Amino acid sequence: MTMTTLTMAKALNEALRQSLDTDPKVLLMGEDIGKLGGVFRITDGLQKDFGEERVIDTPLAESGIVGTAIGLALRGYRPVVEIQFDGFVFPAYDQIVTQLAKMHARALGKVKMPVVIRIPYAGGIGAVEHHSESPETLFAHIPGLKVVSPSNPQDAYWMLRQSIDCDDPVIFFEPKRRYWDKGEVDTEAIPGPLHKARVTRTGTDLTLAAYGPMVKVCMEAAAAAAKEGRSLEVVDLRSLSPMDFDTIQASVEKTRRLVIVHEAPVFLGTGAEIAARITERCFYHLEAPVLRVGGFHAPYPPARLEEEYLPGLDRVLDAVDRALAY
Amino acid sequence: MSVKSTAARRTTRGGAKRRGGEPELVQLLTPEGKRVEHSEYSIDLTPDELRGLYRDMVLTRRFDAEAITLQRQGELGLWASLLGQEAAQIGSGRATRPDDYVFPTYREHGVAWTRDVDPLNLLGMFRGVNHGGWDPNENNFHLYTIVIGSQTLHATGYAMGVAKDGADSAVIAYFGDGASSQGDVAEAFTFAAVYNAPVVFFCQNNQWAISEPTEKQSRVPIYQRSAGFGFPGVRVDGNDVLAVLAVTKAALERARTGQGPMLVEAFTYRMGAHTTTDDPTRYRADEEREQWELKDPILRLKTYLEAEGFADEAYYASIDKESDALAKRVRDGVRTMPNPDTMAIFENVYADGHALVDEERAQFAEYLASFADETEGH
Repeated sequence: MTMTTLTMAKALNEALRQSLDTDPKVLLMGEDIGKLGGVFRITDGLQKDFGEERVIDTPLAESGIVGTAIGLALRGYRPVVEIQFDGFVFPAYDQIVTQLAKMHARALGKVKMPVVIRIPYAGGIGAVEHHSESPETLFAHIPGLKVVSPSNPQDAYWMLRQSIDCDDPVIFFEPKRRYWDKGEVDTEAIPGPLHKARVTRTGTDLTLAAYGPMVKVCMEAAAAAAKEGRSLEVVDLRSLSPMDFDTIQASVEKTRRLVIVHEAPVFLGTGAEIAARITERCFYHLEAPVLRVGGFHAPYPPARLEEEYLPGLDRVLDAVDRALAY
Repeated sequence: MSVKSTAARRTTRGGAKRRGGEPELVQLLTPEGKRVEHSEYSIDLTPDELRGLYRDMVLTRRFDAEAITLQRQGELGLWASLLGQEAAQIGSGRATRPDDYVFPTYREHGVAWTRDVDPLNLLGMFRGVNHGGWDPNENNFHLYTIVIGSQTLHATGYAMGVAKDGADSAVIAYFGDGASSQGDVAEAFTFAAVYNAPVVFFCQNNQWAISEPTEKQSRVPIYQRSAGFGFPGVRVDGNDVLAVLAVTKAALERARTGQGPMLVEAFTYRMGAHTTTDDPTRYRADEEREQWELKDPILRLKTYLEAEGFADEAYYASIDKESDALAKRVRDGVRTMPNPDTMAIFENVYADGHALVDEERAQFAEYLASFADETEGH
């Protein structure tokens, strides 16, 4: 066992390094990922060690990056694309939705699209417009794509490696405000399935379901609630497509209450899908309606307002109170 | 066959010279069927090779006509005819080597023919039994791409991979005058130029993007677009199969030898409707079509073959016979093409599986089975 304490950023860097090292077909592509090491330094040092042919600084054209990644995948490569910020992915959205997601089906399975698209997402870093968004639902809604988001360094390392090994396109959402959080990473562990959720805290009174940046908030909320004698269970979804409803269901059948937390707007968001499915699956177990905490139906606000905008401890606990009041 | 070109040595300038307002086309066979020489591009084909090109074009046209008929009969949902573009497609397709890779739009039936793709595969898509479905790697002929221009980026990425592999293959990306306005095409030009990718951008300018004329796409001749990206462009007579072959071969050779991308604009005409749902009488004049009829790609090669005594009546009769056989095979093949199994909806959505697809497949199968039970029960 090789346990080291790493930030999420370094864990991701290490995962990319290992993947490049293990499989000569793995390529990294993106803007400023070479000498600079990416604006978040996730690819730091990789071009130096693996060369410009494998760690490719691309023109500033997201559709071009993803479109050429598709071509490289057709040639047998396994491109790992970095989109610099969440709000910059949209020029590539057409290629992702009309081409990347459908190519395998269009070819009746005769070609595969092992392309990973890494997107630093969500808010909390005081950035300008288009640098703090949570567009994950826009991808999870698309058949043919897989969507995952780690919440901690250990998952960041393994989920990225598993995504690169996957023969399907994976949209890999990295919670940028957790890049600098440290955690234990075991690079020789045998990882669990990529698309399985994890119960990160057990409890009996209510289930909090979250992913990416909100897992930490939910863990803090559960700790705070415990002081008031409330036992909350926290489920880290990890994967949004496919989503591990079985783990959520098992938790809710025990706790009988569910609150879903995400930064993305609540309307037609991940929480809506979970609420619908859990209501179908656990109708007679539920003691309260499934509640959601998330972003408003408004553009992500300027940085001076994001502390109020983002779901924090208090808003999560408020929803917990409302659910427990039934 | 031997092809000579000085284009390989040019780096930034387009090949065609301007004469008056419109650039001069690279032409080796005039609309009247007269063989002419060009200062930069030449070709020397055997009578057998010339007859082969004629055969390709005639069979492609026949296949296309049969597909239109099948659409009218309700056997196909839609058809995008290539009528008039046979020379552009056969000439460029025959310029490729087996190890080259072709990225078509959805109208490259002639190119598919040159790559030995079974015409029935193309028809499956227009019949609605699949979205393509052939194995692109079998003939190095990618699936048809319907979203305009997207494939130019795939071709460029593929070409980047070819270069990384150290292979000497080339890649050719087909697109049209309408697609030339797409951002993806501009990005493909950028990437191809920056990475010196071995890709030829082959634009069939057929003058019409459904109802919009080329003037709605560009203020400059399309072949000149490449200059700003740092690679050469050339306009070729797209109805002259010899010129198209010579120019495309030179462009592919240029790519193969590490000299990077090139843009070929094949100046041609869409003689038919955009697709079988289109009505060109609403937006263009018959006179224009009549003018282009005089430039027919098949007729001019036939005139040349006859003038040179390269083909006789027996030859034409054999082509007619082959043509009839192809049409019959296509007709029979389409009419007996089975519908896909209902559960194919859930197939190949993912390569590595997906829990939701599995769940929905099982639920839908159960739902369908519930009717079977009823039928059996009553």
